[in-house]
Amino acid sequence: MLRWLGRNALRAYTGLALVYLLLPIFIVAIFSFNDPVGKTNYTWVGFTLDRWANLFAIPGLLDSVIVSLRIAFISTLAATALGTLAALALVRYQFRGRPATSLFIFLPLATPEIILGASLLTLFVAIGQPPFFPLNEFTILIAHITFNISYVIVTVRARLSGFDRRLEEASADLGADGWQTFWRVTFPLILPGIAAAGLLAFSLSIDDFVITNFTAGRTTTFPMFVWGSARVGVPPQVNAIGTIFFVVAVSAVAIGSFLQRRRA
Amino acid sequence: MIAFLRRRPGLLPLLLLAPAIAWLVAFYVYPAIQMLQASLWSGTLETGFVFSWANAATYPEALGRYSDQFSRSILYAAVSTVVCLALAFPLAYTIAYRAGRWRTILLFIVIAPFFTSFLLRVLAWKTVLGDDGFLLGPLKSIGVLPEEFRILATPIAVIFGISYNFFPFMVLPIYVSLEKIDRRLVEAAKDLYAGPVRAFQRITLPLALPGVFAGSLLVFIPAMGDFVNAELLGSVQTRLIGNVIQSRFLVNNDYPTAAALSFMLMAGILAAVFIYARVLGTDELESGIG
Repeated sequence: MLRWLGRNALRAYTGLALVYLLLPIFIVAIFSFNDPVGKTNYTWVGFTLDRWANLFAIPGLLDSVIVSLRIAFISTLAATALGTLAALALVRYQFRGRPATSLFIFLPLATPEIILGASLLTLFVAIGQPPFFPLNEFTILIAHITFNISYVIVTVRARLSGFDRRLEEASADLGADGWQTFWRVTFPLILPGIAAAGLLAFSLSIDDFVITNFTAGRTTTFPMFVWGSARVGVPPQVNAIGTIFFVVAVSAVAIGSFLQRRRA
Repeated sequence: MIAFLRRRPGLLPLLLLAPAIAWLVAFYVYPAIQMLQASLWSGTLETGFVFSWANAATYPEALGRYSDQFSRSILYAAVSTVVCLALAFPLAYTIAYRAGRWRTILLFIVIAPFFTSFLLRVLAWKTVLGDDGFLLGPLKSIGVLPEEFRILATPIAVIFGISYNFFPFMVLPIYVSLEKIDRRLVEAAKDLYAGPVRAFQRITLPLALPGVFAGSLLVFIPAMGDFVNAELLGSVQTRLIGNVIQSRFLVNNDYPTAAALSFMLMAGILAAVFIYARVLGTDELESGIG
């Protein structure tokens, strides 16, 4: 009896927890179909497809999305390249100072975003004093690469730790040199880990607000656009863009895991 | 180059690490030093800033002036961490032991919020918790709640927002450490006449503690720096140290005070992380996250 109660209470609780997790996602999607009166979009008025049809009718919205995509793309490439090399070093080699290096790489993840953003802003203010170092897309890019490097290293490293080194030895036994072994054996095996890290980096970059807020100057990324419009009222088009991002991200993850399952 | 590396194989890992480490030194360590220096500046943006150790008085001044916001940040972050822990443990437990083939889907739902924009999620709660929103509105119209009852603009709303945003960071590490537990230990406890409650207390809970610790840090640290939830869901009475840092930096251009506040916040948090890493070891910390 007690066990039955326990099991079903747990089940009911899990259901509630899932609703709690998913509710905001649905709210964002549903309110993209709202037809609000006035500027604020907090109460439901009526269903319309009008905002989806005029997705970029809001001045500046399209530009902000393009800026965000560009930053996310470049910072992902850079952070994934730098981070993967470092992860390889940490997993594959024993060297003095390895534990200290691991801790060091972990530190940016343990630092609140506001501190990362604030210290980068201080840096940019200090280098250009006066005139101040211009804050623009370039400074945002530096900031995004910085926080993404640690995420990439931790992710790739987690995926690499189960790596069977005997495969490389086998390749060497069969006469491959170090270079061939890397490209024919090692790289294909770690590619899913790199892809996962890249995906994570991309989604962190495209959604980052706090650090961007400190390093953006007048550059408007999509989250900066949302923040700016939150004061006057967020148009449903912004919800529509958020929904598109969500669907794309979920599809990417689904396709990724499907491909990986097929390989395995 | 390759021949050189073949003679000195010890250099290869350092070479692989160098670009990432150099980047982090340039854009993580150096800015932190720069911020320490900026906290000892005096002057304004117009006249330029001058460094002097004598400006160390900024620290006690800033701490005294913003002690309310500091203690509020600690309080809200602590309450959010406890709330997250209480909500996350049963969920992580279900996913680890009861979910069966649903496990992957459930884990995916736990991280699903991260695929929606952070700010839009916070604004969505503003919709849900609104004074006449679809949660409070009906309760008010049937008279369960008084007309003037509100959640938005109260500490509850801010703590709710913080807890929601960092909830997955609590679930995942707890799940990872629960999943690693050898269930035969629990069976053994039961063979030795422990009831389910006692087996949970003596086996499952202690073995899940690394996950609980990691999750608590992963919620507490970002919660300490929050200003978005406080800004969008709260009011002037719920301003956190993050709001002060943000406005001192970006609105008032009062870099010395802002830098001093950031530095005190960071120093406190780093001290906590170092102590924690000492106690548990960094591998434990990372396995909780990875």
